[in-house]
Amino acid sequence: MSTVKGEMIKGNEAIAEAAIRAGARFYAGYPITPSSEIMEYMSWRLKEVGGAFVQAESEIAGINMIIGSAACGVRSITASSGPGISLKQEGMTTLSDEELPAVVVNVVRYGNGIGTLLSAQCDYHRETRGGGNGDYRCIVLCPASVQEAADLTVEAFDLAEKYRMVSVLMTEGALGQMMEPCVLPEMQAPKRFEWGFDGKYTNKKIGIFDRDSMKEAVALNAKYNKVKETEQRWEAQHIEDADYVFVAYGMPGRATIGAVEQLRAEGHKVGYIRPITAWPFPEKAFEQVNPDVKGYISIEANATGQLVDDIALTVMRQGKKKGSDCSGGSCPAPVYCNPHVYGVPSTKAIMEDYAKVLSGEMKEVY
Amino acid sequence: MAANANTNTNTSVKTKVNIKPRKVPALIDRPMSFCPGCGHGIIIRLIAECLEELGQDDNVIFGIGVGCSSLLGGGLETDRLHCSHGRAGAVCTAIKRVNPDNVVISYQGDGDAYSIGIGETTSAAYRNERFTTFVVNNTNYGMTGGQMSNTTMPGQKTTTSPDGRDCTTTGMPLRFPELVASQFDAAAYVARGSVSTPANINKTKTYIKKALEAQLSGEGYSVVEILSSCPTNWGMTAPDAMKHLDQAVTPHFPLGEFKTRANEQREVK
Ligand SMILES: Cc1ncc(C[n+]2csc(CCOP(=O)(O)OP(=O)(O)O)c2C)c(N)n1
Ligand code: SF4
Ligand SMILES: [Mg+2]
Repeated sequence: MSTVKGEMIKGNEAIAEAAIRAGARFYAGYPITPSSEIMEYMSWRLKEVGGAFVQAESEIAGINMIIGSAACGVRSITASSGPGISLKQEGMTTLSDEELPAVVVNVVRYGNGIGTLLSAQCDYHRETRGGGNGDYRCIVLCPASVQEAADLTVEAFDLAEKYRMVSVLMTEGALGQMMEPCVLPEMQAPKRFEWGFDGKYTNKKIGIFDRDSMKEAVALNAKYNKVKETEQRWEAQHIEDADYVFVAYGMPGRATIGAVEQLRAEGHKVGYIRPITAWPFPEKAFEQVNPDVKGYISIEANATGQLVDDIALTVMRQGKKKGSDCSGGSCPAPVYCNPHVYGVPSTKAIMEDYAKVLSGEMKEVY
Repeated sequence: MAANANTNTNTSVKTKVNIKPRKVPALIDRPMSFCPGCGHGIIIRLIAECLEELGQDDNVIFGIGVGCSSLLGGGLETDRLHCSHGRAGAVCTAIKRVNPDNVVISYQGDGDAYSIGIGETTSAAYRNERFTTFVVNNTNYGMTGGQMSNTTMPGQKTTTSPDGRDCTTTGMPLRFPELVASQFDAAAYVARGSVSTPANINKTKTYIKKALEAQLSGEGYSVVEILSSCPTNWGMTAPDAMKHLDQAVTPHFPLGEFKTRANEQREVK
């Protein structure tokens, strides 16, 4: 595959090639639209670089294969969408339990159950809260362009290994199918982590019945707190003097930037925060927002509004930090939300949302 | 029967008969808490002995199933992953793919391998993955209190078939080795053993060894199912459980080799 600077490439393929260049040498999964290009790409590309590829009998088997290869210290990646990611939850909680790093790509498609083929952001809660049993978190990265998808793929591996966690690249159907110019990352030598199985019992391990869950829980919590403290990523603009701040990620985030630029040009004091990590949520971004901000507007592609919950929690905490008791008219700013259900909202639709907030037609969620 | 029951190797008692001192393989030299009379302890010991005799006890990775197999987690002194219930076939697929020079073993119960994990177990065999599966078939879910499994005998009383297994609504006991041997041409070695008698134990050991040899020479997938006692959930004494294996279980699950190695004399690397 020729990789001329800034060559046009499909989002899904950029992720696959970036993973190879990051040193990933194992893929296992089961096809599902709109993620299948990643698997198809890996089927020939891994062979080329001496890696292993398995077309698994199901997503459950696929993620369990990822567990096996990750346990051997190999950079491992799988991708899916909708109900396929549902089936991966068993393995994701197990990876988290074993503190094995892996990258799971969720090319989000709309709908409950078997769902649809429409691009969406309906899996926000599942990815940021963890859909498997227990009490774990995954690092969740949300690209807004093909370039960012490629860059975040490399970062997803680095973060997964730094913290021995699962990284979820939460992209969207539209981004997976879209072609854009992209500078692919440098080719890295494949890594073999020294903690992996070698058959010699180099790394001692205890059995499940001898574990100290209390001690483990404390350590896990400390680890997650460290991730929250150090790994928040976001893009923001015009927030210091904004009356209204839009919050949106991924493709709707990108559309929101366009709307904000246009509204600014028309003289409206609006800004935006585009979370790049959905978990940890970029709370720090909110610290830079105008203290007299009149409201936050969440733009999402799902049915019920999910991101809005994290915005509200953050705004509430910030309010508390300031010592506000809501008595002097300085209680946390209201949080509005327009869940656009699926697809990518247009600049015009987002500007209309803003007008509805100003007119009072759109009521606050929090 | 705990696998490490006999750890006293340097006995000072002088015996007239020439009894070879029984050394516990280093791989399993830690206590395991199987019930008295349980077949699991015998089976893991046979596997450990074979690995030692093949010089592979320092070159092995286990995927351990969920069930009484889980007790191996604290007992084995080797690389091992406690796989989610039924998924050892998938986990071991990947381990062997990325670590082809290690001996990779999935150790699973009948419920783990043939009920919840039937997809993963069959698919690994179907793809002819180069690892070895050992299935401890005790005709029930031992760990969770003796519920019916896919290998529960017709009429067998379990906690979920209190009137005895009715095969008209629950299916007939599944014979996986026969399935592999008859359908998956590429499989390298398929056998079923039993722990019911010393003779059967010895024979089972040869099956285990051949299965591991098939893996070592890269011939393909190998599986040995071992009929095993579960006196606790069968409500039997240990000796009665062994008799039950021979008299009631074995007639439905014939012992022997269903697929022998194509090239047994091949040099083992
Ligand atoms: C997903 C899931 N479902 C159910 C269980 C509960 N469970 C643990 S062991 C087991 C049955 C094990 O039976 P088998 O594989 O035959 O092993 P045995 O204990 O008989 O050796 C079950 C149902 C579980 N751990 N995980
Ligand atoms: S419950 Fe049955 S299988 Fe489990 S340890 Fe006891 S005897 Fe063995
Ligand atoms: Mg059983």
